[in-house]
Amino acid sequence: MSTGDTFLFLSAFLASGVEFVEALTIVLAAGLARGWRSSLTGLAAATLVLAIITAALGPALTKIPIDALRLVVGGLLLVFGLQWLRKAILRASGYKALHDEDAIFAQEMADASGAEHVERAGVDWYGFTLAFKGVLLEGLEVVFIVLTFGSAQGSIPLAAAGAAAALLLVAGVGVAVRAPLARVPENAMKFAVGLMLTTFGVFWSVEGAGGSWPGSDAAILGVLGWVGLMSFLLVRLLRHERRTQLRTAEAQA
Amino acid sequence: MTWLTRFGRFWWDFVIGDDWLVAVLVVIGIGATAALAAADVAAWWLLPLAVPLILWLSLRRAIRSTT
Repeated sequence: MSTGDTFLFLSAFLASGVEFVEALTIVLAAGLARGWRSSLTGLAAATLVLAIITAALGPALTKIPIDALRLVVGGLLLVFGLQWLRKAILRASGYKALHDEDAIFAQEMADASGAEHVERAGVDWYGFTLAFKGVLLEGLEVVFIVLTFGSAQGSIPLAAAGAAAALLLVAGVGVAVRAPLARVPENAMKFAVGLMLTTFGVFWSVEGAGGSWPGSDAAILGVLGWVGLMSFLLVRLLRHERRTQLRTAEAQA
Repeated sequence: MTWLTRFGRFWWDFVIGDDWLVAVLVVIGIGATAALAAADVAAWWLLPLAVPLILWLSLRRAIRSTT
């Protein structure tokens, strides 16, 4: 397996894993608060919609010339990746609260338990829509990642295999513990995903814009190292700044 | 809010996210890379240099809005 292929599989696995953990929290909250029938029906309906979107978009993407595809996909991934990195750096430096799956689960459970019971087509409508919307929104990101990564690297099946491996792992552990996967190092995973999305975004944008990389595919590792180093330095800088701010505020109080 | 507005808002949030400046600077960076490549000048270094700059500007904006 080449550097690009290994990186593709790992990126799809990690990025999809983060989304599946978030979808699992919503499905569990809907199932426990509103009943499993409505929650699982919502999950199945969203999966069906995602399958239709994938079947429609997948073959269409392979028809687009590779340079144009890499330019558009690279640009989108770069925007996506920088947004993920920005949030991850803000969390790591203390400017934004850490993502807490337990707290999100408790909030979803409280909202779902308090909602009115309305039955449509034999299922609790709140539980159905909660699970459907949650899985659809998180799943759309997985579809986007698999199709863009896969098509730009020329192997949608490999990207899909990475996402499928993450799905099996998250669903398997979720069924076993029937609780949100709070012990998953989600903040670290989101940081890693931000790094990978940004790296792929930079790599493909340059290729799509007509540039070429010294060392070809191996340059991906160099870009990853560079983006990682810069992000690490930004975290250090902002963490120092945040601590100074807090100390000053404490001294003034 | 009409269905069309909601649809547009969803895609704006999905693709552009919290800070539109990131998307604008990425487009400018890619455009400059394409211009260098078209002039037969090495262009691979530009986006890696732009990434920390874009991140820094976007982080400062986010911090300013929270503090």
